[in-house]
Amino acid sequence: MSSAATPRDPYALELCALSKTFKLGGSMLHKSRTLKAVNNVSLRVPRGQVMGLVGESGCGKSTLAKILLGLTPPSAGDVLINGKAIINANQKALARHIQPIFQDPYSSLNPRQRIAQIVGLPLRIHAIGTPKEQAVKVEEMLDMVGLPKRAAQQYPGQMSGGQRQRVAIARALIMRPDLVICDEPTSALDVSVQAQILNLLLDLKDEFGLTYLFISHDLAVVEHLADRLAVMYLGQIVEEGTREQIFTAPRHPYTQALLASALTPEPGLGVPDIGLGAGQPDPTQPPSGCAFHPRCPVAQPTCSQQEPKLSAIPQASGSAASQGNQARVACHFA
Amino acid sequence: MSNLSSAERSTAPASPLLSVKQLRVDLPVAKGTLHAVRGIDFHVERGEMLCLVGESGCGKSMTSLALMGLLPRKAQINADCLNFDGVDLLTVSERERSNLRGSRMAMIFQEPMTALNPAYTLGNQLCEALRRHQRVSRKAAHDRALYLLKRVGISAAEERMRQYPHQLSGGLRQRVMIAMALMCEPDLIIADEPTTALDVTIQAQILHLLRDLQQEFGTAVIFITHDLGVVARIADRVAVMYAGEVIETASAQALFHAPSHPYTQGLLRCIPTPGKTLPGSRLQAIPGVVPSLIDKVEGCAFCNRCDQADQLCHTTPPLQTVAGGHLSRCHFAHLLANPATIHAQEVTL
Amino acid sequence: MANILSPQVAAEQHLVTNWQSRLFRSTLNNRSLALGLMIITSLGIIALLAPWLAPHDPYLQNTANRMVPPFWHETGSWTHPLGTDRLGRDYLSRLIYGTRISLFIGIVVALISGLIGTTLGVLAGYFGGRVDAVVSYLLTTRLAMPVVLVALAMASLIGGSMLTVTLLLGLLLWDRFAVVARSATLQLRDAEYVQAARALGCPLPYILLREVLPNIAGALIVVATLEVANAILLEATLSFLGMGVQPPLPSWGLMIAEGKAYMFFQPWVITIPGSALFVLVLAINLLGDGLRDLSAPGGRNE
Repeated sequence: MSSAATPRDPYALELCALSKTFKLGGSMLHKSRTLKAVNNVSLRVPRGQVMGLVGESGCGKSTLAKILLGLTPPSAGDVLINGKAIINANQKALARHIQPIFQDPYSSLNPRQRIAQIVGLPLRIHAIGTPKEQAVKVEEMLDMVGLPKRAAQQYPGQMSGGQRQRVAIARALIMRPDLVICDEPTSALDVSVQAQILNLLLDLKDEFGLTYLFISHDLAVVEHLADRLAVMYLGQIVEEGTREQIFTAPRHPYTQALLASALTPEPGLGVPDIGLGAGQPDPTQPPSGCAFHPRCPVAQPTCSQQEPKLSAIPQASGSAASQGNQARVACHFA
Repeated sequence: MSNLSSAERSTAPASPLLSVKQLRVDLPVAKGTLHAVRGIDFHVERGEMLCLVGESGCGKSMTSLALMGLLPRKAQINADCLNFDGVDLLTVSERERSNLRGSRMAMIFQEPMTALNPAYTLGNQLCEALRRHQRVSRKAAHDRALYLLKRVGISAAEERMRQYPHQLSGGLRQRVMIAMALMCEPDLIIADEPTTALDVTIQAQILHLLRDLQQEFGTAVIFITHDLGVVARIADRVAVMYAGEVIETASAQALFHAPSHPYTQGLLRCIPTPGKTLPGSRLQAIPGVVPSLIDKVEGCAFCNRCDQADQLCHTTPPLQTVAGGHLSRCHFAHLLANPATIHAQEVTL
Repeated sequence: MANILSPQVAAEQHLVTNWQSRLFRSTLNNRSLALGLMIITSLGIIALLAPWLAPHDPYLQNTANRMVPPFWHETGSWTHPLGTDRLGRDYLSRLIYGTRISLFIGIVVALISGLIGTTLGVLAGYFGGRVDAVVSYLLTTRLAMPVVLVALAMASLIGGSMLTVTLLLGLLLWDRFAVVARSATLQLRDAEYVQAARALGCPLPYILLREVLPNIAGALIVVATLEVANAILLEATLSFLGMGVQPPLPSWGLMIAEGKAYMFFQPWVITIPGSALFVLVLAINLLGDGLRDLSAPGGRNE
């Protein structure tokens, strides 16, 4: 099936100059404003890896996820899955390759359906197997995500947050997709449950050979899970690289500020003063030049005039950097 | 060492600002009674930052509402002692309590939008907060509001005073809430997850500000959160709550370096921490879920999830002193406190 | 030792078990709901069993026995417990058969208008944009029309009958359904389970019927009860004005109209069908209010 797709393309997912523009307001009396939620984003996710996508609310990471899931069409650009373009592709064909795990386990399951119905829905919609085979598969899948058999007959309202998130994972994986979009899958959970779910995600990734696009604002979680990392700010990727590159030597001032503001449980360090200006800019009126310059502690006059390009960082060591661990940053002074 | 200085201050003969003994909150629900808070003890010294930390449903928010007198009407509250600077909060009249609220105790909520009135300008609400409790002129109130807005890092404060809450971003609104809480120079601020809804960079800024102001004004703060990272960085002392009980109290240093309750230890182990947990490795999760608080919980509430539980744990453990000011509600607290077994110790050394 | 049970069991105890038992319990707790339900159930039974319950044929005229007063008058008798009308028909039997007409019209009108309104509202809420604009236009047009006047005019054009009244009211009373369905769907459109179903490639009818509709049904049922009451009152109004149900059918509104000439000297001719109408509409409204309390977010956490 799909998981055994021909692995000729090394990337499970490629985004080419993807953009999404929304028109806001716009009535007889008001001029409509445009919001560039996703602005010229290019990104490649190698097969079998976890690509972390971090950024603050409103940076466009959720819109990006929606485009990938086929829930909203992009304004420009292309999305390739296993080397094939998916824009305008049949939603059912797309669903076989890419599945979501959402943030809120309380709103991601239909409260009026039993767990067996929810997890078995993909099989029914795609007409895979007889009802009996489907029931067996659902049971297998529930077992894999660590839920007891009797969970199948329960309603979501009878389960805890962690159990619900396991159900959501089971629904996403029952058709064995190649790529799973995890949109903040643990941020609504308690820390002790978060660890259980993160472990489960890691186990299932190895078992099914999955590729994750892991969207989160929790840097500790991303550092734990991700092989590569992309940092978004106001609809654009400002830095991308391997976990080591980003966490040990962040180049972009925004990445540096993000890392500085992640509070690890180490007492006595105090809260760092990260020297960012107070307000986030209005995304409908992004600043000129580098979008980050009004908050940037090291901004220069050029930053407000010229927009920096996301370009490869020249590798310091002589080791030939394969394209796999190439790092990119969008800053004039990186 | 800020926590040392405040600890020293607390050794003065003056009684603590707030002392809570055997506080219980019961809520009638469809299936019986939910014992949301089951007999907790803690105190807050003047000028100290106490963090109440715990997972959802552990009773931390109920505790704060009980202190503010904002519990739902059908909730039942009981305590041996609920004393705020000489005032008994259990017997105080509604009028006195509302005098207390806002002037001597203030609250900062998770979602400032719900706490600010959308129909009034910020300046109006800030001044009102002061003039409700103190006889001051409009001008004086306005000046103080302006000063505080500037102090919480809001640029163009004059202009902001004329704006309405919806015109501000989440971070700015939370800054306004802090300014409002400080209007009457309260002795105690209760902050219930004030930064949970904010982005990480904004969270760091707000926490930095709150810590600064707290030290500048000498205000005591009860900071309620589920985020151990936040706790480690801002707390003087920490009270860890689990299933409606305080299961461990200690200074921030002691709690993170020598946790003495299996639940605290489990929590610290299961969060991914750079340099401590290997990326991509399995995390040490706490198995199981929190017990239902609708029935009477007998014995140690954590024993069904604890890997070190034995027969003794079916009896309720007392709050034991592990070291000076470090209390743990575990039968084996003394064994657990042995630094050689502590996971957290390795990294910080 | 409740807490030593398996963790899952403990968690479930904490959470609400299932909505059926919750509904049952809160029905008992909610007095207005219970009262409304009781009255409507008994009226429903009366309507169903009318041929067996009615003491006389409701259409049988007996000019010798005109305007017999009910049993509590000195001249009343138990042969006609509620008396007879100007054509000598048994009033109780007409009242009992009238229950059928009122309930039938109320329910069918609510079904027709519910179907129209829910379809429009769900489509508007789910798709937004132009679909929403069109539906909103239809809605404002409909709200600009006075129901009684339009129904009267149409009925006088087509000719009043039970079928005309039912269809007319069904085509006129969908506005509240549309408003409620639209706003409820708007909230659900971005719910993650709807998104998940879309991402799976579920066909549109499946999403609307299986994912959206069951979750807005609660709100729609509340509207439906209120519309039943509304339709019953409007039917009585139209029949009273002579443009609704036509004689000799025993509609309550028609009974009031036929009795209006006698209302000063034999007031029971009007008060009996009037009270019946009042009780039925009151019961339906009690039921609707009770259901709304149940489906309100606050009620769920009790």
